Amino acid sequence: MGHVFAFHGGIHPPENKRQSTRKPIRQAPLPQHLVLPLAQHLGAPAEPLVKPGDRVLKGQLIASAAGRVSAALHAPTSGVISSIGPYPVPHASGMEGTCIMLEADGEERWIEHQGLADFRRMPKSELIDFIRNSGIAGMGGAGFPTDVKLHLGEDHIVNTLIINAAECEPYITADDMLMRERAEDIVAGIEVIAHLLEPSHILIGTEDNKPQAVRALEKALKGCKLNIDIRVVPTKYPSGGEKQLIKLLTDVEVPSGRIPADVGIVCQNVGTAYAIARAVRHGEPLISRIVTLTGDALGQPQNFETLIGTPYQLLLEASRVSDRKLYRLVVGGPMMGFAVDNDQIPVIKTTNCLIASTYDEMPPAPPAQECIRCGLCEQVCPAELLPQQLYWFAKGRELDKAKHHNLFDCIECGACSYVCSSYIPLVQYYRNAKAEIRTEEAEQRKAEHARQRFEARQARLEAEKAEKEARRKARAEEAARNQAKKKDQSEAVAAAPSGGVGDLKALKTAAAVARTKLKKAQKAVDSARESGSGDLAALESELQQAQQKADAAQQALDAAERGDAQAAGQPDLKQLKTAAAVARTKLKQAEKALKNAEDKGQDGVEALRATVQQLTAKAEAAQQAYETAEKGESAGGADTAKVAELKADMDAARGKVEKAQKALDDAIASGSPAAEKMKAGVEKLQGKYEDARKAWEAAAGTAQPGASPAKLAELKADMHAAGAKVEKAQKALDDAIASGSPAAEKMKAGVAKLQGKYNEAHKAWLDAGGEAQAPTQTEKPDLKALKQQVSIMRTKLKKAEKALEEGEGSEAEVQELRQRHDAAKAELDGAEQARIAEAAAAGVDLKQLQIDAALARAAVTKAERALGKAGDDDREALRQALQEANLKAEELNQTLSRFE
Amino acid sequence: MALIRSSSPHLHNAGSTPKIMRLLLIAALPGIAAMTFFFGWGTLIQIGWAMLLALGFEAAVMKLRRRPVAFYLRDSSALVTALLLGLALPPFSPWWLTLVGVFVAIVIAKHLYGGLGNNPFNPAMVAYALLLVSFPVDMTRWTAPFVLHADDGWQVLGLIDTFKVIFGALDHSAIDAFTSATPLDELRHRGGLTTEEAFRESRVLADGVGAWHAVAAAYFMGGVFLLYRKVFTWHTPLAMLGSLAAISTLFYLFAPDNFADPFFHLTMGATMLGAFFIATDPVTAATSNRGKLYYGAGIGVLVYVIRTWGSYPDAVAFAVLLMNLAAPFIDQYTQPRTYGHAKPKRGLKEDA
Ligand code: SF4
Ligand code: SF4
Repeated sequence: MGHVFAFHGGIHPPENKRQSTRKPIRQAPLPQHLVLPLAQHLGAPAEPLVKPGDRVLKGQLIASAAGRVSAALHAPTSGVISSIGPYPVPHASGMEGTCIMLEADGEERWIEHQGLADFRRMPKSELIDFIRNSGIAGMGGAGFPTDVKLHLGEDHIVNTLIINAAECEPYITADDMLMRERAEDIVAGIEVIAHLLEPSHILIGTEDNKPQAVRALEKALKGCKLNIDIRVVPTKYPSGGEKQLIKLLTDVEVPSGRIPADVGIVCQNVGTAYAIARAVRHGEPLISRIVTLTGDALGQPQNFETLIGTPYQLLLEASRVSDRKLYRLVVGGPMMGFAVDNDQIPVIKTTNCLIASTYDEMPPAPPAQECIRCGLCEQVCPAELLPQQLYWFAKGRELDKAKHHNLFDCIECGACSYVCSSYIPLVQYYRNAKAEIRTEEAEQRKAEHARQRFEARQARLEAEKAEKEARRKARAEEAARNQAKKKDQSEAVAAAPSGGVGDLKALKTAAAVARTKLKKAQKAVDSARESGSGDLAALESELQQAQQKADAAQQALDAAERGDAQAAGQPDLKQLKTAAAVARTKLKQAEKALKNAEDKGQDGVEALRATVQQLTAKAEAAQQAYETAEKGESAGGADTAKVAELKADMDAARGKVEKAQKALDDAIASGSPAAEKMKAGVEKLQGKYEDARKAWEAAAGTAQPGASPAKLAELKADMHAAGAKVEKAQKALDDAIASGSPAAEKMKAGVAKLQGKYNEAHKAWLDAGGEAQAPTQTEKPDLKALKQQVSIMRTKLKKAEKALEEGEGSEAEVQELRQRHDAAKAELDGAEQARIAEAAAAGVDLKQLQIDAALARAAVTKAERALGKAGDDDREALRQALQEANLKAEELNQTLSRFE
Repeated sequence: MALIRSSSPHLHNAGSTPKIMRLLLIAALPGIAAMTFFFGWGTLIQIGWAMLLALGFEAAVMKLRRRPVAFYLRDSSALVTALLLGLALPPFSPWWLTLVGVFVAIVIAKHLYGGLGNNPFNPAMVAYALLLVSFPVDMTRWTAPFVLHADDGWQVLGLIDTFKVIFGALDHSAIDAFTSATPLDELRHRGGLTTEEAFRESRVLADGVGAWHAVAAAYFMGGVFLLYRKVFTWHTPLAMLGSLAAISTLFYLFAPDNFADPFFHLTMGATMLGAFFIATDPVTAATSNRGKLYYGAGIGVLVYVIRTWGSYPDAVAFAVLLMNLAAPFIDQYTQPRTYGHAKPKRGLKEDA
């Protein structure tokens, strides 16, 4: 029979099993109304497929499994669905659940059903699906959907299949009777399970108080080719607990928080095996089960084959219950079952026993006393916990200590409560503590979630506020500007700088705040993405909003700055004007005085006349000064905004020209008669463009006397590009002419056009002072521009070389480019050398400085990356490190830039 | 039919706190009988008087705490405390000594700490230690076993006379003939004598020690009965006796002239009473089986240390109190390995 091991603890409550095994299993009466809860198993409730009024047949699917862990539901008998709604279900709390109500028609008409001819020839997944569709869920107690466990063979190595036939709870005999009477089917069911899981060893574990069942099983096992052992363990509660039975039979412990399959073991209940056999052999879904009816309040304790959905009352009456004696109705065993106060509750797939007890049989627990730490509970605890300590912690609500003392390894077997000297309802304390810890943890998760959302929202609100503020500021400024314009211009000059500076500061702050929020939002999104927590979409949209706000703030700031610059750029016109006016007034006064004097023939006319002359000169000078100032204002006023506007105009014009040109080309190509006219239009547009360009150039020219070297380089690059194009086109043309192509004519025109463009570019470059500037060494050559130039050259050179390799470009061209490149490089090197020399003169090792700067920059990047990756805790520290690195890098850069 | 809803389990073992206490009382019977046989009626009178007082104090405190008096009196824990104190006090102690002792035990050591189950120290031992410190003369005047003053047959001070002595009606000088030091006392005040000489010289040690052996045997019997009835596990008594035997053997082998033999230590004083009736008090002991081993061993070692080098003759009370103090700490570090866990947890919290 094999060796049996032992588990710690356990108790020997009175068995009380004899009462219900005296009679064979009987068919329970057919109920008139059946109540079928949608959640009879662990996992998601089934989804009803019928509606009130539907006529169903016995065995018909009426609710389908919803999701991975769920079980289907079938009509236990034929009849009509009367309603679907809430109804009290078997649960310790007496709660209600959604149920399908079925009115039996008494005909018991089966739906067409058929067993599987040979399940071994079926794909396993199909077989498992078949079992799933039969609605089978663990019949031992928890009601875990069986098909889920049958899948375990796929991702676990199952060495041992344990069939749980221990039935260790007192009173219950459903499995015992099932084994005695239907051992054949049980073995057939085990064969199916074994086929699916392919264990190397099968153990049937039962207690030594069921000798008849063991005999029946042994008989049924004769001729079975599977490696099945019956192991009889000493009767002790709770040897039927999954973990305890595993320990008893294999001496293996299931690690805390894991499932048996993790140690290569799968447990199935005998009842489940029987149900599988019924389904596979006969095609009968799970619509009935064996229920033990026992207890002193019954005249005829026995086991019933009961349809799922049968109300308790019917069974109690069939067992001749004495209402007078009935005190407590327990569903399940006396150790782990629950008492109900309603006998209309239906039997479900997991209901194995109903105990109708009298007062004397299960008297109410005496009032609990203080724990005297007698340690009896500890001696019996099968999980090897310290129940008295757990109780102490649970009572004192020291939940983390309870958790530390492995509260969650408690299987709620009730052994400790059973022996407690002080009648303390220990299990109840543990259940409450567990529930409390679970809610606490859930709340913590929720709070964390809420905190994140709150922060994101706060950032958004602040960004919004900043934006609003910025808009308000911008508007105020606009208004101020408008007002200033309307009023005396000179007044505006006085008002703008003071007001403008303050506003600017505010705007800058707002922009900075918006940027910070943006970063924060970004981080929140990152962390959310990392932790995979929900609401990512919300966070992302918030981030986008923050981005917009930040942009808006920045724009507002830019606009304000521009406006400010404009305001600041205005010369002191007011003073000049006033001076002119004063001079004029004085002059007038003097003239008047002179006139009076002349009229009256007074003395001193001569002197007055001189004064008037003087004043006239003065007034004229003032007026002139004012006028020149004003002119300068409008002409050379360095109005960047205006320049930008002009540029935009120019660009628009160019766009138009290009469009027109294209249209024209099309027209020419298609030989349209409108080509001529269009050409004129294009020319006109071209003229307009030229105008715009000139205006822009003039404005830009005055704005920045002497184009920047970078600009120059750009122009030069443009020029060169144009030159290259011309050359290429020329070559193409030559080829075309050589081959006598008809397109040559057209190409010629193209080349000419390109040549023109090149010339233009060249001129632009010259205008910008390219020729003038390039050769003459300025005091401090712009290294950046030089570098750029060199790199452009290099690119061109490479291109040309490649072209040459491919047999296209000309050797001379490459040569020339190389020269040019070398020249530029030399120039750059020279400049760099000069700079290094200069730096050396200043006592700084430029090379070292450069390296340092590069290192510092690298440090910054590294810090940034680390920050992105880091958890919340290190973030502060890292942020600081980043700031430091930033500072250092900036410092070094500044030093470096002094020499560049 | 009014069904009730209740939480599982729906069955309960018949065992209960009052039952345990009653078992303890029964188990003490052989010891009481032996004490009475060798030392006269004093022990019985002390136990009776102490129990009366204990019930009175318990009831009074329960009244004050507004608890159902009858319900709590039934748990018999006060009676057990009184029994232990009665057994531990010298049989001829004056009545007020017992009164003070019971008051300290019940009111202070038990109820001021929150009542049964919440008291960190064994109430009887708190009372005993306090009396020993406060009234050393009365506490060390032990009764001589009858074998010392009766040449033939059983001869102890009469029941009535004992009453009179205890309740002050008779002067203590009247019983001088019936008193002597205990063997432990004799041995510690033996002067320069070697252990062997002391055993020859002292009458108590030479002739009277058998009485103590007999009493120890009686307690041992009671203890075995309790073990059999699973009132407690073997861990604490065995650890305590084992460690005491081990350490005394060690020293005895090392210097037999200076130290008493292990058998003497195991049978004298309150060793057996302590091992089976005092150290096993679950309320104040360590809880896990492994913890109980440490707890018991600690008591054994402390008993020996205090007896040999301390200034008090018997040490069980102090040793038990000291280990009571250590019990919560022991508990934290002797948690059993829970099913499915690779190793036991330590401390109170995850990080501890
Ligand atoms: S209910 Fe929990 S603590 Fe009590 S005996 Fe069972 S497993 Fe141990
Ligand atoms: S059985 Fe009850 S009284 Fe005894 S230690 Fe456990 S909880 Fe305390």
